[in-house]
Amino acid sequence: MPEVLKAPLVVEFPFTRSLGPVQSAFLTGLRERVLLGVKTGDGRTLVPPVEYDPVTAEEIHDLVEVAPTGTVTTWAWNHAPRRGQPLDTPFAWVLVRLDGADTALLHALDAAGPDAVHSGLRVRVRWAAQRSGAITDIACFEPYDSGDDAAAEPTGHDGRFADPVTGIVAPARLDYVYSPGRAQSAHLDALAEQRTVGERCPSCRKVYVPPRGACPTCGVATSEAVEVGPRGTVTTYCIVNIKAKNLDIEVPYVYAHIALDGADLALHGRIGGIPYDQVRMGLRVEPVWTDGGRHPDHYRPTGEPDADYETYKELL
Amino acid sequence: MTREIAVVAFGQTDHRRTSDELSEVEMLIPVLHDVLGQAGLKTGDIGFTCSGSTDYLAGRAFSFTMALDGVGAWPPISESHVEMDGAWALYEAWTKLLTGDADTALVYAYGKSSPGSVRDVLTRQLDPYYVAPLWPDSVALAALQAQALIDAGHADEPALAGVAARSRASAATNSHAQLSGSVPQGDYVVRPLRTGDCPPVGDGAAAVVLAAGDRARRLCARPAWIRGIDHRIEAHALGVRDLTDSPSTRLAAEKAGVFERPVDTAELYAPFTSQEVVLRRALRLDDRVTVNPSGGALAANPIMAAGLIRIGEAAARIHRGESDRALAHATSGPCLQQNLVALLEGDPR
Ligand SMILES: [Zn+2]
Repeated sequence: MPEVLKAPLVVEFPFTRSLGPVQSAFLTGLRERVLLGVKTGDGRTLVPPVEYDPVTAEEIHDLVEVAPTGTVTTWAWNHAPRRGQPLDTPFAWVLVRLDGADTALLHALDAAGPDAVHSGLRVRVRWAAQRSGAITDIACFEPYDSGDDAAAEPTGHDGRFADPVTGIVAPARLDYVYSPGRAQSAHLDALAEQRTVGERCPSCRKVYVPPRGACPTCGVATSEAVEVGPRGTVTTYCIVNIKAKNLDIEVPYVYAHIALDGADLALHGRIGGIPYDQVRMGLRVEPVWTDGGRHPDHYRPTGEPDADYETYKELL
Repeated sequence: MTREIAVVAFGQTDHRRTSDELSEVEMLIPVLHDVLGQAGLKTGDIGFTCSGSTDYLAGRAFSFTMALDGVGAWPPISESHVEMDGAWALYEAWTKLLTGDADTALVYAYGKSSPGSVRDVLTRQLDPYYVAPLWPDSVALAALQAQALIDAGHADEPALAGVAARSRASAATNSHAQLSGSVPQGDYVVRPLRTGDCPPVGDGAAAVVLAAGDRARRLCARPAWIRGIDHRIEAHALGVRDLTDSPSTRLAAEKAGVFERPVDTAELYAPFTSQEVVLRRALRLDDRVTVNPSGGALAANPIMAAGLIRIGEAAARIHRGESDRALAHATSGPCLQQNLVALLEGDPR
């Protein structure tokens, strides 16, 4: 069996989200070093605040300031922080019920070690130096001795701010190592030798390219390798008029479905070597490989007469 | 009149740390053919197909469409997908059969955790405003729940280690399990949880066939009748919940009819040892109930399939005559946020 193909795959996106009125007030408050909760109909104070009562589903919006000090309700010692977490040195994850709140907030606690943490521990907010209106405006919590004088008392803030935060951008990044599996690996290995190989279904005898290891009609595994092409027929196409970001292809150009000779499924490819407005269904084409290319750069006309519609109508 | 619906076949892959050499559909096909073969059906005989998986494990949008090649989706079939554990796909298929729109259903689920880091991947299911930006991983959140349980006096570290040891000992008779036998408790991952308290990370797939009424009797010698299924959810904010309890599980079990008579078997989807303690309390399971004879998720945790496997394992015990009345539970989300309970019964013997 050939070596399993692997490649890094990074999925990265800035999640841009708008905020409701209560979330907006809470996150704006963090920017201003004010902690806000929301009152429920039965008089409880939820921190972090939400727009609907989790028990009654009633809309709630009555903001109330709570203290930057609180009590750990549960904790977990994280000796090996991971990317994106609040601290890069060992810390405790904590749920903290802030003074004046009835529910707890998840965050990190900067502590000397697990022996310095317990449920019931008194803690206070450590603010981030740079704040933008996000949960990370709280850098972390830190242990707090009530003898300390530095703990700020709530000022009775009503949650109205001149310049409220209305949205957040939450960047996300996940790293994968992608393996395409047996059938697609065999296809990619063949492409490296500038050959196009599909697989034949043992039941209906159709040849699929690129192969995915199963026949979508019969629902059975495919395994018999079949070399197809290199020539093929344009079965249908479209004219692309908008230039894609980071893509060095002049518009307009033609993107086509190409049924390679011997294949029962059309694959996609760009058509070159012919003016875009002369591409047509039935056009006979062949692949053009560039140096080091891992798949055909594009397909160009072979100069043969066009294929008869009857020969490819089943592949449309 | 309500139709009787049963699980008539169940199959699963061997669960492994990696399956690089197989695409999702390549991993799935042998399992699909296994369950169809058990029921004596062909892909074209199935009335409704429903699957569970997630793009975040695959790192690709609409990844489930790739797996559809395995079920013969051409010419067009009646098909649906949930971005959830396959247990919820089974719930959808069950309701479809109840309507009478179909007599048979194929339900499958798969997950390959090996391409990514599942602890990080699962952070993306969290509240995007207040929680996800802190990247608390799945073990960290489970550890907070475990500590709450310890503080409340419902468990201690040796008790948790006992859950781990019993699960993996049970898995010794489960040839599909990824971890079985004597497995060291190991070091802390996130204290108080040690390696042994956490599920293995792995790849796998599972499938079941459902059938209604007499059709089920013809396809299976002893169908596992689904007497009830219900699923419930907790408030999403962790700090609002009592992490030592699972009221959503208890309510789902009540609605499914679990408390009407004792069950003999419970397959619980408890990926962490501490969660078994929470679930046993919520479901009032005593020592007369055989809990996770398959080894449970501590022996094999193919994400998105592990809940469906609980239903399948419970059903298979009924098929084999080892159980008459079994409970199956599935969970999703942090700290047992969403919970599904199914009640399965065999015909009287
Ligand atoms: Zn076929």
